[in-house]
Amino acid sequence: MQNAAKDFQAALLHKARWRPWEFAVWLVAFALPLLVPSHSLMVNEIAIVALFAMSLDLILGYAGIVSLGHAAFFGFGAYAAALFAKLVMPDPTVGLAVATLLSAALGAVASVTILRGSDLTRLMVTLGTALLLLELANKLDWLTGGADGLQGVVMGPVLGLFEFDLFGRTAAWYSLSVVLILFLLMRRIVHSPFGATLKAIRDNRLRAMAIGIPVASRLVTIYTLAAAVAGAAGALLAQTTGFASLDVLAFDRSADVLLMLVIGGVGWLYGGIAGALVFKLLQDWLSAVTPQYWMFWIGLILVLLVLVGRDRLFKPWTWFGRRA
Amino acid sequence: MSADETVLSATGLVMRFGGITATNNVSLQLKRGARHALIGPNGAGKTTLINLLTGVLTPTEGRIELLGEDITRLAPHQRVARGLVRTFQINQLFDSMTPLETLALVVSQQTGASGQWWRALGAAKGITTRAGELLEQFRLADVAQQPVKELAYGKRRLLEIAIALACKPRVLLLDEPVAGVPAGEREELLQTVAALPADVSVLLIEHDMDLVFSFADRMTVLVNGTLLTEGDPEQIANDPKVKEVYLGQGAVHG
Repeated sequence: MQNAAKDFQAALLHKARWRPWEFAVWLVAFALPLLVPSHSLMVNEIAIVALFAMSLDLILGYAGIVSLGHAAFFGFGAYAAALFAKLVMPDPTVGLAVATLLSAALGAVASVTILRGSDLTRLMVTLGTALLLLELANKLDWLTGGADGLQGVVMGPVLGLFEFDLFGRTAAWYSLSVVLILFLLMRRIVHSPFGATLKAIRDNRLRAMAIGIPVASRLVTIYTLAAAVAGAAGALLAQTTGFASLDVLAFDRSADVLLMLVIGGVGWLYGGIAGALVFKLLQDWLSAVTPQYWMFWIGLILVLLVLVGRDRLFKPWTWFGRRA
Repeated sequence: MSADETVLSATGLVMRFGGITATNNVSLQLKRGARHALIGPNGAGKTTLINLLTGVLTPTEGRIELLGEDITRLAPHQRVARGLVRTFQINQLFDSMTPLETLALVVSQQTGASGQWWRALGAAKGITTRAGELLEQFRLADVAQQPVKELAYGKRRLLEIAIALACKPRVLLLDEPVAGVPAGEREELLQTVAALPADVSVLLIEHDMDLVFSFADRMTVLVNGTLLTEGDPEQIANDPKVKEVYLGQGAVHG
């Protein structure tokens, strides 16, 4: 009996343990600006969208909340960081913290819209929230620069030490560091009892209530957290590019991040990273090969991915022949 | 804390959906450690009554008390925290988890540790020990680490009840616990039902009359949303009104 309990505990803890390949992933990520210095800007961008994708996975993959407007928080964070640097002070870490907190506040307010209703109503209401913010940013052109974007954002050095350089190496390391810190936080959360209550809500909301989980407050918490992380991703983009424009709030951005999770898989934080990596590399490569038709090829690949299934895509020998 | 203490008390419950009255002035008392059965033909309003008691629905009129506290307007999860727990007629499980994860989650919810986000599920020793005990007790230890969605129906049914017991109920509402369980797996389930802690008050909703009469020491008969009668098994078995609306159908046609 005592041994059985120990085995059970070991089995539970095993799921939360770090695998060797995880260390490798992060080591490689941080080495990239040294290995391929000319692609540092690309590394920076992938790190940022990976963080954005992971933030969506928190609500979609772990809590089962679908959203077509997650860019609302990304864009809000981007504008908040850009405006903070322009109007208050240029320090990146302070700006990042402020933008993250403001995005969290927006998430907490917006969370009331996703507590009730079906998936369909959530798709509509999240889409509506994002469009609302987009239109606001467009109209308030005295503040946001409107359709021209917010120009003239000059950032100070990171921690007062590292100046942003033209090749984006500081930017890449800055973004990677923030992504890693937030990843560690999210990884803790999804493996915790709190994370398990989210999965319970996703799997069966009725039963989650019947075992005493305060469903509404859990959803508010995770939606707020996801908004904060998405806001941090947006802030990183604005800070490292020195620019914020309306496309940070655009529908495309919400749709792209959803596609990344479709590619990489939901309910698994590395799915966001893998999806962002594949999506961005595909986008980069296809738009170089066929500048006009890259959307067509991305679409075709997605259709194939869904038809074949992600698991089987990497096992070509299972493509033909009978399904089990 | 006398044995006669009323644990759950519903008084004059009325539930109307538009023009339809699904529950019409129903009162019900559960004593400590009671083995109470709720029977009635299909459409009698048993499910509505369960939903009222557990807080899925709020009654149009009436009052529900748990251990002397008015819980009529509390949310379902607040009632669970006070010890009012149910099982479902149709299994409501967390399909992507394993039985071990499920019970570890329920136990941590029960002990107030489910808000913790900084440590892993299973890091607290007491929680895994308790989850392990429940797995043994419900004969789920051998499948503890298989995904719930892959389990045989009988095992899923056992887990359904194990989850409810992990919530440390004072009052347990069992909604047709053996529904759909194959004959070979029934015995196992009936034993676990019979072995429920003596101080837990149980309200059993069931169609299987053998189970009802072997389990219950008190019965309430519900017909068309109205309380027809209440009594001990012998009274109910000999009540002509009950025979007419419920048992009588079988006697005439069977």
